[in-house]
Amino acid sequence: MSEDSSNILVIKNLNISFGERKVLKDLSFEVAKGEVVVVIGPSGCGKSTLLRCINGLETIESGSILLDGVNIAEGRIPWPLVRQKVGMVFQSYDLFPHKTVMENILMGPVKVQKRKPAEARAEAELLLERVGLLDRRDSHPRQLSGGQKQRVAIVRALCMNPEIMLFDEVTASLDPEMVREVFDVMLELARRGMTMLIVTHEMAFARAVADRVFFIDEGVIVESGPPEAFFAAPRSLRAQKFLNNFKFEDVKTKKTSL
Amino acid sequence: MELSYIVKFAPAFLKAIVLTAELAALGIAAALALGAAAAVAIYHRTPALDKLASAYVELARNTPLMIQLFFLYFGLPRAGVRLDAATCAVIGLAFLGGGYMAESIRGGLEAVGKSQIESGLCIGLTRLQLMRHVVWPQALAAAMPSLSANAIFLIKETSVFSVVALADIMYVANDLMMEGHSNETNLMMVTAYLVLIFPVSLICSWGEKKVRSAGFGG
Repeated sequence: MSEDSSNILVIKNLNISFGERKVLKDLSFEVAKGEVVVVIGPSGCGKSTLLRCINGLETIESGSILLDGVNIAEGRIPWPLVRQKVGMVFQSYDLFPHKTVMENILMGPVKVQKRKPAEARAEAELLLERVGLLDRRDSHPRQLSGGQKQRVAIVRALCMNPEIMLFDEVTASLDPEMVREVFDVMLELARRGMTMLIVTHEMAFARAVADRVFFIDEGVIVESGPPEAFFAAPRSLRAQKFLNNFKFEDVKTKKTSL
Repeated sequence: MELSYIVKFAPAFLKAIVLTAELAALGIAAALALGAAAAVAIYHRTPALDKLASAYVELARNTPLMIQLFFLYFGLPRAGVRLDAATCAVIGLAFLGGGYMAESIRGGLEAVGKSQIESGLCIGLTRLQLMRHVVWPQALAAAMPSLSANAIFLIKETSVFSVVALADIMYVANDLMMEGHSNETNLMMVTAYLVLIFPVSLICSWGEKKVRSAGFGG
């Protein structure tokens, strides 16, 4: 694929090692503006590491990461600047417990981006309204459910007006009935044209939200393609095996055939 | 029990309470500053300074205050440094307390999880902003109970100030004890320490509740 300006993120020959272990091996891909890419794969395959190196939480060994055409992996641009363009949401929400919902959201826009508090607050209220939490703006994180905390964490990242959002297994520690409310927020974001890179284990959601699916195993993209094709008929054996983990009816048929 | 005796010497104890409170307040404030500096050096693994801070913490916590005071009051003059008794007392208390405060604050800083730090970095905070807005408020909240315990411990440690001839509560009590009336003297001494420490204790538990209800642990 060419490096036309529609690509927000271009990753080329990315290598990362933790000590002796190679976590990502020569990874290359592009993400177009407004595209939703879902990354799946077994635990420890390097998918979280991939997200974390896009905003400098991991040090890369070699390769380049172009954000809006600028190589952010060289270290010439300070990470605090890069991070204003890259929103990230974690599995464990990680709201600041000593701050209210509104203070959590405003910290980035006001302290980092030096925006006017009134203007940032207006945007925060709009976003909170959209995720159905405007009435909780003065609550502390401990007063919220897991799903609510995660929606606030998403708003906190969105309020910086990022170019791309990274989601690292954001529903993995939520009770099943709260997973939906978070997914709904993400689906709405996708509809509004947000560029997203999502790591998840929820296959039904992946299928619903993705424009493209990457299947990563042992640090390489084994397979990539539109979700319909990937989930219906994965080409690689490893992807087939991986997807079987999510099918419980297979177990039953095996049992009766014994 | 002679009430007239108590009435007669109560003012002396009152004066001693004020002096003890002043020295303790100065010593504790300096201990907090010293402790915070040592904790910062250790927490950030500042080259060389972290080793120095660790050595200081061990030295401060593993030597009795009385020995530290002897050194300041009787040892230093031989090297030509002459400090008055009150200065020695404050420095001694700050030196001892700094070691304990450093450990409490370091514990608080380390209690702030890696994920909090990463989520602060992710919204673009600089290291300094991260420490100020995310790490320190939570660290101090976590350290509050042990900082309070240290403060109370340090007030009680002032009872050795009499070795450098300061008229603190213990010194006044000792003085009176020589003249008999030990029951009355004991009563006044215990009361004096209670009057001094109990309010501090109350303020500390109020402060602990305050930081907890401010949302820590959510």
